[in-house]
Amino acid sequence: MASSADRNPPPFPASEEPQPELSDMAEGDSDEGEDIFVSNSHPASVSRGVSQPEEPADLFSEEATTTAKPNGVHSDDDDLFAEAQADLSSDPSSDSTRKDLSSSSGPPSARSPAALQPTSLEQVPPLTKLLRNPQTPAGNHLHRHLRLPVPICHVLFLFKPKCLNCFGFRFCINVALCVAAGRRRGQGYFRCGCCCHQPRESRRWDECICGLQSIHQGVYFKALMFNSGCEVLCSHSPSFPRVLLQTSLPMFKSKAFTARRRFSDFLGLYEKLSAKQSLHGCIIPPPPEKSVVGMTKVKVGMDDPSSVEFVEKRRAALERYLQRIVSHPLLLQDPDVREFLERDDLPRAVNTQALSGAGFLKMITKASDAVSKMTIKMNESDTWFEDKFQEVDMEEQQLRKLHAVVDSLVNHRKELCMNTAVFAKSMAMLGNSEDNTALSRALSQLAEVEDKMEQLHQEQAGSDFFIFAELLADYIRLLGAVRGCFDQRVRAWQRWQEAQSTLQKKREAEAKLLWANKPDKLQQAKEEIAEWEAKVTQYERDFDRIGMTVRKEVLRFEKEKAKDFKSQIIKYLEAMLQSQQRLIKFWEAFLPEAKAIA
Amino acid sequence: MIAEVAGFIESWMGGKSELRSVSVDLNNDTALLIDIPDALCERDKVKFTVHTKTTLTSFQKPDFSVPRQHEDFIWLHDALVETEDYAGLIIPPAPPKPDFESPRDKMHKLGEGESTMTKEEYTKMKQELEAEYLAVFKKTVQVHEVFLQRLSSHPVLSKDRNFQIFLEYDQDLSVRRKNAKEMFGGFFKNMVKSADEVLISGIKEVDDFFEQEKTFLLDYYSKIKDSTAKAEKMTRSHKNIADDYIHISATLNSLCAEDSTPNKKNLEKLSDLFERLRKVEGRVASDQELKLTELLRYYMRDIQAAKDLLYRRARALVDYENSNKALDKARLKSKDIPQAEEHQRQCLQKFDKLSESAKKELTSFKGRRVVAFRKNLIEMAELEIKHAKNNVALLQGCVDLLKNN
Repeated sequence: MASSADRNPPPFPASEEPQPELSDMAEGDSDEGEDIFVSNSHPASVSRGVSQPEEPADLFSEEATTTAKPNGVHSDDDDLFAEAQADLSSDPSSDSTRKDLSSSSGPPSARSPAALQPTSLEQVPPLTKLLRNPQTPAGNHLHRHLRLPVPICHVLFLFKPKCLNCFGFRFCINVALCVAAGRRRGQGYFRCGCCCHQPRESRRWDECICGLQSIHQGVYFKALMFNSGCEVLCSHSPSFPRVLLQTSLPMFKSKAFTARRRFSDFLGLYEKLSAKQSLHGCIIPPPPEKSVVGMTKVKVGMDDPSSVEFVEKRRAALERYLQRIVSHPLLLQDPDVREFLERDDLPRAVNTQALSGAGFLKMITKASDAVSKMTIKMNESDTWFEDKFQEVDMEEQQLRKLHAVVDSLVNHRKELCMNTAVFAKSMAMLGNSEDNTALSRALSQLAEVEDKMEQLHQEQAGSDFFIFAELLADYIRLLGAVRGCFDQRVRAWQRWQEAQSTLQKKREAEAKLLWANKPDKLQQAKEEIAEWEAKVTQYERDFDRIGMTVRKEVLRFEKEKAKDFKSQIIKYLEAMLQSQQRLIKFWEAFLPEAKAIA
Repeated sequence: MIAEVAGFIESWMGGKSELRSVSVDLNNDTALLIDIPDALCERDKVKFTVHTKTTLTSFQKPDFSVPRQHEDFIWLHDALVETEDYAGLIIPPAPPKPDFESPRDKMHKLGEGESTMTKEEYTKMKQELEAEYLAVFKKTVQVHEVFLQRLSSHPVLSKDRNFQIFLEYDQDLSVRRKNAKEMFGGFFKNMVKSADEVLISGIKEVDDFFEQEKTFLLDYYSKIKDSTAKAEKMTRSHKNIADDYIHISATLNSLCAEDSTPNKKNLEKLSDLFERLRKVEGRVASDQELKLTELLRYYMRDIQAAKDLLYRRARALVDYENSNKALDKARLKSKDIPQAEEHQRQCLQKFDKLSESAKKELTSFKGRRVVAFRKNLIEMAELEIKHAKNNVALLQGCVDLLKNN
């Protein structure tokens, strides 16, 4: 990265930072993330004369544009730097480290723009000292410390980071360090935790030594995201789910933080995202549905197992919803998403209520859309879209059928569970009244085995539901969203065609005016024509853009789907496997008892 | 469709039924060997071919077969029950009527739902249904066989005249079957029996052994009846799950048939797995049914037979006590004393004989029961383990396949 002269190393914010990382490590779960990533406001890089790349296009273009700079990367490096710092120093003792972070920050700090002055900031990671110390090779020290546990927050679902092709959490730290070190040495290279021992080569700053992805802001983020650079976790709390975010991405103010969110907030987020023009064509994951019955039961305060299950189901669904959102490179960039994850208090999303004005409006627009879809048939120049649409339709139908069958499986298993429990009790009573002692004991043992089987069946039913059935339900909804994308494209086409026909009309009007010779109105007509011409070009561009986006999105979606299905299926089968193995153990324990009957 | 399946069953001239679930081998007395090698199912009726091989001279031929229907077995059972001489014996319970209700219901449902399923799914469901039909069929054959074999291995009952007629008589036994009056009489007898139950619980028992047995049997009977019902429900749930697996597998098949995305492979493997799993699950269900539910069911009936014995004995005791009272009355009136004495002596004799044989029977019954339970529980546990191991192998294979892709 030193290769690009116009890049100034980012101001090292560490000097002004508190030590959230430490507290996280020490206390395990710090909700109030303090600002590690001071340059959370990327506009901070304004000072470096770099613009914030907001357009989605950048994320997908693989060329390393030196101008479209990953401000993130820079601040990232240093921030991660700081964080690695924390890792390092927090280990021995929590308190002293606070003091350790002295303001002997690196050179960048001097250049910190005003924006990088966070509120509470005292120290600088001593690692800077280490790095500046020529005897300490950058890599070695850190390896030891990279085994530190990620700050664990009490959550129920942790998406484990994997070093997939040398990307991963460790990668971030190392990258940061190496980048920092390399930068100062006038070289640019990345090293990742896995291939840290590889020989150094000078590459462009934006290529990983693994040679895989060009580390360009968007792609870098993508890499991080797809490998749990950003983990989103929901902790369990009825009707007020808290969203816990653990991230190494620089754009968030802190590394790990929670926020309380209501269900309507999730719906509101979805509404906002769907309405955005810039995200048109993207497959926005839909949130779980409202359920009047379920929520009423919970609200009424009934403690029965079905309402517990309902809350758990909703929690898991919301968690998957957020995971999907943050694994989408575009959506993660979106300020609304960030606001959702970060802000302490969101304004109530009232427009998600069914009986609100916005709700009615939505219904009306949906109806009108359906009508227009039926009336205006798009002449498809590209058969890919039509074919894909058909495929998606068929698939959705089949998934629905499958979901119905899996539902019935879940019900039958629950029934089996109940029947087994009842049978176990009856068997126990039978064993009690048996007068042959050995047989009596055997029958009681049988009753116990059946009891354990009941538990097994219960767990299996849970796994059937939460893994298999919910996977199918999610994808049914997602396929609906995919269809929505196609519809958006059709609508863009319609808009374009309408604009074209309006333009045509205006031109005809102008011709008429010319013929009728009314110079005053002519001027206006000409202006209107110009305006509409511009619109036509704009809409055409939009349409093409949406087309491209939809194509890309669909391919990405399919890949993700295959991955998702595979991992969920494996999880489901492994759960079944385990339960069968336990079953074997139970019966093997029973067998000697049965043989002992005399 | 009904005709199809029925036709299929008709063509089932299977060999000996391999499933002996409940009893230990009863055919150890070579003097009289009975089995049911064949059976035909027509609509509602099942025709059994009872084959006898005997060395006893009381029979006309050493080796012969006769066709019999379920009602004939019932007649035989009732005839034995009504015989006074066997009052002190536990008469083996009559085999239950062949019940094709459940598979027939399913068949109806299958026929109705035919349009909604794919061809493969339909064929698989049909296969499953045929297997179930076959299982019910085998079960009923076996139950009838066991009944006969118990009779043949009983030292006293095997010599019964009615039994011999049953085995030998070439013509249709319908002439001997119950007519309406007898049916009614049978019904009445059931009423009497329930009155007996009240009687038996009220009577004061002179013998500790019988007192114990009585309490034990009464209690045990209610519990085992309860367990049987619950076990049936449990087995049925298992079967439902196996059926669901079929549907899942079929739907997955149709899903991945049209899928062109990379997901196709995953779905194919899963569909394959479910197809195999359902076979295992089906077998788990049927084995459980056979070993556990059938065991409980059989012993429920057997215990009923033992209870019947106790009732008879109780009645004999009542008779004896009544005769005592009559004797006292006669002595008081000084009239008919010798008859009363004779009567009383007879009652006492009868009662004693009954008690003695009842004691023997009940003890052997206990032993028999324990042995049968042991055998079945061991077999069930072993089968469960075997099937679970199969499942584990299948699942592990699929997981490995998926992971390696």
